[in-house]
Amino acid sequence: MTTIEEPPAPTPMGFGRMKRKEDVRFIRGKGHYVDDVVLPGMLHGAVLRSTYAHARIVRIDTSAAEAHPKVRAVITGATLETLGLAWMPSLSHDVVAVLATDKVRFQGQEVAFVVADDHYSARDALELIEVEYEPLPPVMDARRALEPDAPVIRDDVQGKTDNHIFDWDAGDEAATDAAFAAADVVVSQDMLYPRVHPAPMETCGAVADMDPVSGKLTIWCGTQAPHAHRTLYALVAGLPEHKIRVISPDIGGGFGNKVGIYPGYVCAIVGSIVTKRPVKWMEDRSENLMSTSFARDYHMHGEIAATNDGKITALRVKVLADHGAFNNTAQPTKFPAGFFHIFTGSYDLQAAHCEVTGVYTNKAPGGVAYACSFRVTEAAYLVERMVDCLADEMGMDPAELRLKNLLKPEQFPYTCPTGWEYDSGDYPRALRLALEMAGYDDLRKEQADKRTRGELMGIGISFFTETVGAGPRKHMDILGLGMADGAEVRVHPTGKAVVRLSCQSQGQGHETTFAQIVAQELGISPDDIDVVHGDTDNTPFGLGTYGSRSTPVSGAAVAVASRRVRDKAKIVASAMLEVAVDDLEWEKGRWFVKGDPAAGKTIQEIALASHGSLELPEGVEGHLDASCVYDPPNLTYPFGAYICVVDVDPGTGQVKVRRFIAVDDCGPRINPMIVEGQIHGGLADGVGMALMEVIAFDEDGNCLGGSFMDYLLPTALECPSWEVGQTVTPSPHHPLGVKGVGESATVGSPAAVVNAVLDAIGVRHADMPLTPAQVWRTMQGSPFRTDLAIE
Amino acid sequence: MQTPAPVEYERAASVDDAIALLERHGPEARLIAGGHSLLPMMKLRLARPDVLIDINDLAEELAYVRIDGDDLCIGAMTRHRELLESPVAGEHYRILHDAERVIADPVVRNRGTVGGSICQADPSEDLSAVFATLGARAVIRSSSGTRVVAMDDFHLGAYTTAVGPAEILLEVRVPIRTGCGSAYEKVERRAGDWAVVAVGALVCLDGDRITDAGVGLAAVGAEHFRSPAAEEILRGAEPSEATFDAAAVAASADCDPQSDQRGPADYKRHLAGELTRRALRRATARARGQEG
Repeated sequence: MTTIEEPPAPTPMGFGRMKRKEDVRFIRGKGHYVDDVVLPGMLHGAVLRSTYAHARIVRIDTSAAEAHPKVRAVITGATLETLGLAWMPSLSHDVVAVLATDKVRFQGQEVAFVVADDHYSARDALELIEVEYEPLPPVMDARRALEPDAPVIRDDVQGKTDNHIFDWDAGDEAATDAAFAAADVVVSQDMLYPRVHPAPMETCGAVADMDPVSGKLTIWCGTQAPHAHRTLYALVAGLPEHKIRVISPDIGGGFGNKVGIYPGYVCAIVGSIVTKRPVKWMEDRSENLMSTSFARDYHMHGEIAATNDGKITALRVKVLADHGAFNNTAQPTKFPAGFFHIFTGSYDLQAAHCEVTGVYTNKAPGGVAYACSFRVTEAAYLVERMVDCLADEMGMDPAELRLKNLLKPEQFPYTCPTGWEYDSGDYPRALRLALEMAGYDDLRKEQADKRTRGELMGIGISFFTETVGAGPRKHMDILGLGMADGAEVRVHPTGKAVVRLSCQSQGQGHETTFAQIVAQELGISPDDIDVVHGDTDNTPFGLGTYGSRSTPVSGAAVAVASRRVRDKAKIVASAMLEVAVDDLEWEKGRWFVKGDPAAGKTIQEIALASHGSLELPEGVEGHLDASCVYDPPNLTYPFGAYICVVDVDPGTGQVKVRRFIAVDDCGPRINPMIVEGQIHGGLADGVGMALMEVIAFDEDGNCLGGSFMDYLLPTALECPSWEVGQTVTPSPHHPLGVKGVGESATVGSPAAVVNAVLDAIGVRHADMPLTPAQVWRTMQGSPFRTDLAIE
Repeated sequence: MQTPAPVEYERAASVDDAIALLERHGPEARLIAGGHSLLPMMKLRLARPDVLIDINDLAEELAYVRIDGDDLCIGAMTRHRELLESPVAGEHYRILHDAERVIADPVVRNRGTVGGSICQADPSEDLSAVFATLGARAVIRSSSGTRVVAMDDFHLGAYTTAVGPAEILLEVRVPIRTGCGSAYEKVERRAGDWAVVAVGALVCLDGDRITDAGVGLAAVGAEHFRSPAAEEILRGAEPSEATFDAAAVAASADCDPQSDQRGPADYKRHLAGELTRRALRRATARARGQEG
């Protein structure tokens, strides 16, 4: 065996490929996750969950569990009621039961919490709790939730007589109707984006430690939004905010699953208060899949209008949104359907209108999760399927139809019919590049040849526009907290630096990317920059990481703070060099005298001087640091062109994804390796959702996706070798021009895969996931409902 | 972390020791070999044995793939990976390698055992269908002696086998035939998943006649994992597409698939036929030495 030793690549002084700094500990198994937190005297909690989807609680008897020798406390909804904590506010103007008091409303709902000496005893004691239920008929089919005789799920809400949550619309209805009336061609299609789950490798959990002496509560919790959690705990539980510290350690994946506050966290806190000892609660895999934030569950009816020559004029959609038992989606307050109204996608339309109706069902609450950019996933899927339906109707090539209708570069900044202001883009360039990488014309020839031999091959295209980096605080808040984020940069006397962030990595590589931003701005090596995040006592306030907002918002904050440091360094340098500030010029890492490049001071020399005895100009304080709270002026709009090639076995319906070409434009790439890694992950997500992932329910309310034997995630064997490409269109309003990329591939890829499969079998539509059974049934003309038990 | 209910643990030093422990602890004791079926069920608290009797120390006695007389013998403690990598297994029955290649994933195959798989008797179990296809026999031992049962008498229903509470499976014996080919076809929703449907085929040829045949079916509720009707059609027939079609029709009728999240019953019935056709084609090609 020959060993090839490559010389280590030099660390880039700023943007560029470099290995992730955090991986040094991850690949050695030295990450530190919530379950690695062990405190002296720590107890363990476990949650008793409802076996029913809908039932009245008649009686709960905890006496046998309390008699278990290792049990320290048993908490029920009745216990919490005495503390005023049985219910907590949701993130969407609703309430969520912490522990059920009156009824259970979904299978897996939290009913009681046991605190014991060890995890096994806590779990054993759950079986000693007797709960007498009076079963009620459940509402499992969102399409029947609003029928007049449907059982009322939320009878806890005074005067509630149905399962309706909200009606919301966007766009110009009259103009849209007019465009449809004038259209040559109208195509309509029903489609379901089924309920899926983010399924992070690490499940949710918390360790709560209420210090009975200081009254300070410390919570270790894998949260994507530590600061928001702290403020919410303060507002809800009445604990003083300065006496709460939330620490988000290493997180094994979030994907939106770890944005909200789960009942288990609150129970761990109450458990610690009751027992005066730290309490750890870690959910197991089935608990995670059955009870925590799901994603999607959108039943959509789309209509697309066009002229005879293929010019798309209008788009209209009606959505039935299944929000589960509590309306607990996490999104900016003003937008009950998230950013779904960007459903006009990447096309130049005259008019568009959407109507969304939210309903309660007896399913787990949640709705916005799984890398969806607040429902842009559903929007992108809708429009990209509708465009393919139109191409099918008109007998047009889907690539040609898209090229004919994509927004033109000169139209940017572009205000879409539902009001979004797209910052920048060159869409035709990205699609042409993808077509070229794919060898599109040759693929179509190959497909035609294969068809004559009875072989099924399909080519699917998706062009998506993302809207990320929420967001401008005058438009966007979560429970009243504006979506601005803080950052602090401090250069130590020896020229090393620390940057403190309000956002929180769940695997995205923040410790590397944000060090590279500081490096780019100050010329300090990323190796010399420590990134601190995930601890509310040690970082500035901000709303956290989700919706691909870290580099668009916190990245901008870090860039601005770094530039402020640079500006201060300039003043210090002017004192050191005894020249006027205006006589200095910057090159990366150094201020020097204009016209005399040899006369200059490095950022390291300046840092030392700023902490030393150098006499500073009037009004300039010592040390070298700065901070910024960044309020984004607009969202950013990454986009991309995806092409998927599949082969379908006509006898079994099995789909093989042969190729996947992904051209992404997320502006300049800070660390291209990390960006590509995120794209690879999102593409795998897309293959999973398109082909295998779904959480369905039977009519009795049983969750049919409660384990990894039932909820299938894609493996390397289902993924082709991704072919990635890029175009670069900077955002004009972001200090670095970067747009964010975390969710692009998840948003854009499902439609490409579905379009490819349907192209292969020559059918206009079938709902995801396109399992072998669903593909075969579709070929027989009888696709099934994927959200219900298969019969 | 999913945690099983409290359970006692014993470690058997020999086959006789394992049997003695089973007798001592009674019917709520369970043998554990690779543990890749039993432990997940225990963690989900779907299985709750009082005592686990660990037989991993019996690997030396019971892990082998070898020829004994006219039989290919596979010891009960043979790990899936060992069967997958056994040249002698592949030399006689390619179906064994076909199936092992699609059983779970490498991590499971490193640990899971042949005996554990067929004693678990999951209705979707691949090796149950494979051994049904091959007309294998199971060798079972108790304190009163050793008995040999045909696969038809081994599988008594879902999760139920002829192995009694104080008995242990020692090995599976497959009669060696000449002039035969075998193959296994499986449709799964994703690599490593249980079969939506899987079909095994054995074709023994004498010139242009099928002298003996086996058709095994997994995950479609076929009695004893077999289709006697398909086998009947094949025996004595010419190995042609028409014969395979007739056998496929018979196999798809000779089962009782249930709808579940892997697929509706009509799809599974279709697959039983489609995969029978494919497995027979491949087995026949191999019998003729036409396919590697």
